[in-house]
Amino acid sequence: MRSIKYDVVVIGAGPAGLAAASRAKAMGVKRVLLVDRDREPGGILQQCIHNGFGLHLFKEELTGPEYAYKFIEESYASGVEFLMNTMVLTIQPDRQIYAINRKVGMLKIEAQAIVLAMGCRERNRGAVTIPGSRPSGIFTAGTAQRFVNMEGYMPGRHVVILGSGDIGLIMARRFTWEGAKVEGVFEIMPYSNGLNRNIVQCLKDNNIPLHLSHTVTKVHGNERIEAVTVSQVDEHFTPLSGSEQVIPCDTLLLSVGLIPENELSRDAGIHIDPVIGGPVVTDEMETTLAGVFACGNVVHVHDLVDNVTRESWLAGEGAARLVLGQQPTRDLVTTKAGSGVRYVVPHKIHVENLATRTTTLYLRVLQPEENVRVELVSGTKSLFSVHQRVVRPAEMVSINVPPKRITATAGEELMVRLVREGDKA
Amino acid sequence: MERLKADVVVIGAGVTGTAVARELARYQLKVFLVEKHPDVACGCTKANTAIVHAGYDATPGTWKAKLNVRGAAVYPQVCRELEVEFKPTGSLVVALAEDQVPHLYELLNRGYVNGVPDLKVIGRDELLAKEPYVNPKAVAALWAPTAGLVNPWGLAIAQAENAAENGVEVLLGAPVVGIDVTDGLVTAVQTPDVIIETRYVVNAGGRYSDEIARMVGQDDFRIVPRKGEYYVFDKRFGYMANCPLFPVPTAISKGILVTPSVDKNLLIGPNAQDQEDKEDLDTTAEGLQEVLSEALTMMPDLPVKDAITNFAGLRAVARPSNDFVLGPAPGVPNFINAAGIQSPGLTSAPAVAEVVRDYLQMAGLELKGKKKFNPFRKGIVTFRDKSHEEQARLIQEDPRYGQIVCRCETVTEAEIVQALNRPIPCTTIDGVKRRTRAGMGRCQAGFCTPRVVEIMARELGLSWDEITKKGGASRLLLGQTKCSAAVKGAGKDA
Amino acid sequence: MSTIYELTCIACPMGCQIKTKVQQDKIISIKGNSCKRGELYAQDEIFRPMRVITSTVRVQGGVLPVVPVRTAEPIPKDKIGVALQEIACITVTAPVKFHQVIVPNIADTGVSVVASRPLAAKEGGEKTA
Repeated sequence: MRSIKYDVVVIGAGPAGLAAASRAKAMGVKRVLLVDRDREPGGILQQCIHNGFGLHLFKEELTGPEYAYKFIEESYASGVEFLMNTMVLTIQPDRQIYAINRKVGMLKIEAQAIVLAMGCRERNRGAVTIPGSRPSGIFTAGTAQRFVNMEGYMPGRHVVILGSGDIGLIMARRFTWEGAKVEGVFEIMPYSNGLNRNIVQCLKDNNIPLHLSHTVTKVHGNERIEAVTVSQVDEHFTPLSGSEQVIPCDTLLLSVGLIPENELSRDAGIHIDPVIGGPVVTDEMETTLAGVFACGNVVHVHDLVDNVTRESWLAGEGAARLVLGQQPTRDLVTTKAGSGVRYVVPHKIHVENLATRTTTLYLRVLQPEENVRVELVSGTKSLFSVHQRVVRPAEMVSINVPPKRITATAGEELMVRLVREGDKA
Repeated sequence: MERLKADVVVIGAGVTGTAVARELARYQLKVFLVEKHPDVACGCTKANTAIVHAGYDATPGTWKAKLNVRGAAVYPQVCRELEVEFKPTGSLVVALAEDQVPHLYELLNRGYVNGVPDLKVIGRDELLAKEPYVNPKAVAALWAPTAGLVNPWGLAIAQAENAAENGVEVLLGAPVVGIDVTDGLVTAVQTPDVIIETRYVVNAGGRYSDEIARMVGQDDFRIVPRKGEYYVFDKRFGYMANCPLFPVPTAISKGILVTPSVDKNLLIGPNAQDQEDKEDLDTTAEGLQEVLSEALTMMPDLPVKDAITNFAGLRAVARPSNDFVLGPAPGVPNFINAAGIQSPGLTSAPAVAEVVRDYLQMAGLELKGKKKFNPFRKGIVTFRDKSHEEQARLIQEDPRYGQIVCRCETVTEAEIVQALNRPIPCTTIDGVKRRTRAGMGRCQAGFCTPRVVEIMARELGLSWDEITKKGGASRLLLGQTKCSAAVKGAGKDA
Repeated sequence: MSTIYELTCIACPMGCQIKTKVQQDKIISIKGNSCKRGELYAQDEIFRPMRVITSTVRVQGGVLPVVPVRTAEPIPKDKIGVALQEIACITVTAPVKFHQVIVPNIADTGVSVVASRPLAAKEGGEKTA
């Protein structure tokens, strides 16, 4: 068994891993290794061939592969080492990694710091329980995207899409542009889970209807899918009897959410926040296992890659600071989701960092709201707030707290909540 | 039309048919195993609770009672010979209220009559020590140490492979369309492509065994499919049950249970719904709800949100007997039934094979042992369950072990290539899944499907869009992108 | 004669439903937008809707059978159909360079279609002349 040593080992060479690795290198870490199971870096961005990436970070609309290319080039240029086609099997709490590939076989990698950047997987039919038969022709949107955009094959030609997540909307357009017929997008919630832009440019441009408060209640067909039954649902998401409609199709695409891939993290004993499905992290993106950091969709599912990059820079910096012996003092405050807020990341913030740098809080709201303030509260005291004209569950809200804007003491709890403008807290 | 000659034709390659075929492979006989699906184990065998029952359930004196206990006794050996995973977990029937306790003793007594070894009723404390996640309201349980877990399709595939290695001819994609009977004796079995002249026929046609029997004029039983629905949960929660946890049984089924699988998933189900349609394997919203709510009674902390899939299976229930239908068809002594094999059919399969063998002998078939019969079958060498050292060695021997294809179940390319090159041809994605577990994990084939298709296309010499999920019209991909005729219409609405 | 256009604004997550009345190529009334950006969006969407199109083209001898492409700039929305047909008919040979021009003047728009990524040739695959 071959044994190698690195200062920082990043697992996953998607946008999160690329940003973390090159940032760690830029901070002065000597040996940084990026490990990825795929044959090339870039992760899922390589199959996201549509544009719209990087609008916030670069003020231009890059395609997924273009966005990835920037970071791949930067990583190579900065001297990050790549170990591709390599699968990590286990991470031990003492930061020893076991990985395999066909060339070297089993590898033991010792790391001073590890950055987890494994991304996420798609929720599938089993997770949403769609009754009916089990024919071929049911794909998650991402799997279909891989077939169409990277393998050059059509999963189907007559498509129904369940779920209005962005990948589903993007694939509605993609299928249409390849000559397939998309019957419609059905969303169980009373609002869309995708970005407005995608609803306009993917659906409206192509006359594809979006049916809110609808779901697929049955799959028909024994060998290949032949049709689906769709039904309207009430406010408890229960299908309304009498609203059933049978729609013939040869393909059902599912765009019903993403789940962080934390099997390695769990096995290593890292605490997972059940609300986000990812590790509990500090503002350095360090998990509950010292020396192990995490960033991107493995922590919580992002809707914009720009935010993944920003968060991963922090993880790269965090890992570098650990290796270079520059970690901040371990005085921490905790964050907590208050009314109207589903979750807040990071879970813990270094008091020292609040004084020295801008702290970004990422949060998701429970339901769409207009004209609200996002408020940071300690006890009954409001510490900081920002106005938001509109917040939607599908769009992550990020709040930047400038350095020294708030002061807190170790152990204090900062609650983040939504307050309607005009309402007294 | 090709004409073949056989001593015995076994119809149906489920767990029963393959057990019979393997049993007959021990003798100097020309045996054909014919199956209408493109693979073995495609009927009741692929969708059931995967439990080797101890045998206290069946009414004493029935075939079910006799063969369950015999089957359970030989399982460990059969599975050892065939390299099929068998876990001797034991099982529990849990009384969730005082008034259910008498039922436990009823089962205990029935088990005693049926010859089930070592049954005992245990109290609440012992139960909760064994099974910490069971409903704490439980008051007592029946402990049956001889029960266990098995991989049912794995067993059927292994039996078929072992049979094939010992000379049995396996014909897949060969539905029986007619059986010739002359002067009260079967003379030939017809499939669309071949006619097999034969001295004996074994009917292990599962859901369709009544229709096969009718081909020789037997009309005294019919199969009523009884549907059962299931949920499968993420492996992460396999620890929540150490053995099958049955509720106190009802008149028509053993009730909805919570059980681990051999592969460490948590499985709940089945409900029981009689139906006419033999192909209707649809799950239903009502059925799944029933399964969930009853399982929650057994295990209140069930990880409801971590279900990874659900499915339905059909039990081949014979009416009117409600028992296995074994033995010759009336008036056709060389046509032997192994029909109506519902629960505990999986457990009974090895014993059913022995009974069928004996009936064949009684009907005049001479059984001369084959000297070179090899009862041992080597399975696919799996990667996931090995130590790091062994894994390193495997990769050294075959670098394809260094390529993970299914990340959820840690299945390597080497295993998939092996699955595609074994004694029983494997030509479908579901076939690869059943042999390797690729696609059975928490992502349910989202990530590995393109890689599995790529390997299958390469190994089978097919193009990607010829690969099917389960044969017939179940192609996965419908042509290439940029197919000019279709794309001409593209964007016309834009 | 005036025409009414109903649009969903994409300038921010708000997604205002904008209703405009257009007469002789001019917006004469606009309702539903909550800011100036909505007005600009409506102006563009009604009089010169433009889109970046992204697709793939077939590749010979590459590590993948297709390479992703994009229009270097947005093109008029009504040219999308023709552009997609042109793209569908093309095959390029690996290796492909990053931002290599695949079609110089797609659908007569003056805009080129470029590769969104580099694509290496398959080892031991067909060699290009």
